[in-house]
Amino acid sequence: MHPLFRGGRFGLYLLAWVPIACALSFLLAVQARVSWLAATGIAIPFCLVLALICPSAWYTCRSLPLGKEPLRRILITHSVSAAVAAGIWTVVAAALASIFAPIGSNRAILPAVFAIGMVLYLLAVAIFYVVLAVEAAQEAQAREAEARLFAGKAELRALKAQVNPHFLFNSLHSISALTSIDAAQAREMCVLLGGFLRSTLGLGEKTAITLAEEAALVRSYLAIEQIRFGSRLEVREEMESGCEGYLVPPLLLQPLVENAVVHGIARLIEPGVIRIAAHRSPGGGVSIVVENSFDAEAALEKRAGGFGLVSVRKRLEAHYDGAATLRTAAGEGRYRVEIQLPEESSL
Amino acid sequence: MTVMIVDDEELARRLLREMLAAHSDIEIVAECANGFEAVKAAAERRPDLIFLDVQMPKLDGFEVLELIGPGVGVIFVTAYDTYALRAFDVHAVDYLLKPFSKERFEAALALAENRLGENTPPPALLAATARAPGYLERVVVKDGARVHIIPVSRLDFAEAQDDYVCLTSNGKTYLKQQTIGSLEESLDPRQFIRIHRSYIVNLDRVVKMEPYSKDSKVAVLSDGKQLPVSRSGYQRLTALLGEKL
Repeated sequence: MHPLFRGGRFGLYLLAWVPIACALSFLLAVQARVSWLAATGIAIPFCLVLALICPSAWYTCRSLPLGKEPLRRILITHSVSAAVAAGIWTVVAAALASIFAPIGSNRAILPAVFAIGMVLYLLAVAIFYVVLAVEAAQEAQAREAEARLFAGKAELRALKAQVNPHFLFNSLHSISALTSIDAAQAREMCVLLGGFLRSTLGLGEKTAITLAEEAALVRSYLAIEQIRFGSRLEVREEMESGCEGYLVPPLLLQPLVENAVVHGIARLIEPGVIRIAAHRSPGGGVSIVVENSFDAEAALEKRAGGFGLVSVRKRLEAHYDGAATLRTAAGEGRYRVEIQLPEESSL
Repeated sequence: MTVMIVDDEELARRLLREMLAAHSDIEIVAECANGFEAVKAAAERRPDLIFLDVQMPKLDGFEVLELIGPGVGVIFVTAYDTYALRAFDVHAVDYLLKPFSKERFEAALALAENRLGENTPPPALLAATARAPGYLERVVVKDGARVHIIPVSRLDFAEAQDDYVCLTSNGKTYLKQQTIGSLEESLDPRQFIRIHRSYIVNLDRVVKMEPYSKDSKVAVLSDGKQLPVSRSGYQRLTALLGEKL
């Protein structure tokens, strides 16, 4: 649709012609010595004509996008249409002048009128090209944002499908062992596993959950692993009050905690600790740390992390658009992942 | 029949123990929670059959198998089906996927009893052919009761000694029962070059080449050690190093 006919812009456009009409009346009255009344009588219909011709330039501009059509063709086409437009307006000007003022006295200004018509038409062409460029930029931006949103959703979907099947197999095996050893604990593990799976399923529709909800999810995951690993796993949780309500993308911490178990605790002979801490950072955001004991020798060849870390990084990027950071550090038998999330209001 | 249970999860070990308890002719001689313990216990107890987990701290199940002597039946017990082909390659008796049923367990055990006393090739030889996809990231060596894990980045060179290879890492040497040919195949050829019939060298350790006689050269390593280089070894080396030397 033509940009001038959208949302009542046409009135504004006509208003923009008022100063031009005034300038033209002034020119006629002072330069061509026409009476002020006649000058105004000529200028107004006259501008109206050009005001109606100029918008047609939009269609020529659109059919000849800059940078895609050869420049020569663009220049020639617009020059010819400008000449035609200016010609029409000069003929109208001459006709009007013959009505309002004696013929002959104003013949001299016709070339000037023609030139003004050309300039105004070409100005309209230039403006339309700017409008087209702005529209193209906006469209590209919208497409990019949409693509990012889609990527974020796809990533999350992929991640959800990733409730590690081996975690399930190992848990079921533990339950199988417990049925004869400790039936009550077997039942408890079934309940925990059911609860964990249900809460991960329920996250499908949400784009964000509170940190307290995510912590509860992580806790139920760790409660299952606790039964599997027994005294080999110790969990420490430090959540500063005031963090609970902070909104995060669902399943942000669970993959990190799962890494801590699979690459940390499961590869240690001696008992290990997983520490999960959340603090308000001075800037108003939240800082989250997931830290675990690990076997530095085993990790020497096989880098800890892998898919989980990559997907968390990507989702932080998609959700916070670069405002969140994720850092990892290893040393003294500890592997540490620290996430710095921005202030919520800045989202 | 004597049996050993190797799994890092206590519940998994207890389940196997419970299922084995029904068999009066089976004696559980050892229970291990990691690869190191398993290698040690296997050497001391010489079991007929091992129930072996794959993912464990320190050494994985295949590395354990590589380090224990021949004549042991192995039933892998794991939640991962991805190792099944490798298990087949090392002539494992069976492959139990967690969680498994009592019937499935009994079938595996019956299979092991049938194969008892059968002569299986030495595990070390098999393990070399049954490598994980990709190149070796570390070499495991048994030294008496001790097990050494050498990341390949710390391996300087290897020398063939009959049926063994002598591995040198940080000035220490380790003897491993393996042919130099199978070791060569398992190492990344862009990093480790067979410079001689009896030598594989880590490219990063080679400082320069010096003529030795009319026909042969020696490679000088960063610690001053000199290794003989055959003509074809020299060609392989120069092809990789290009202009570096």
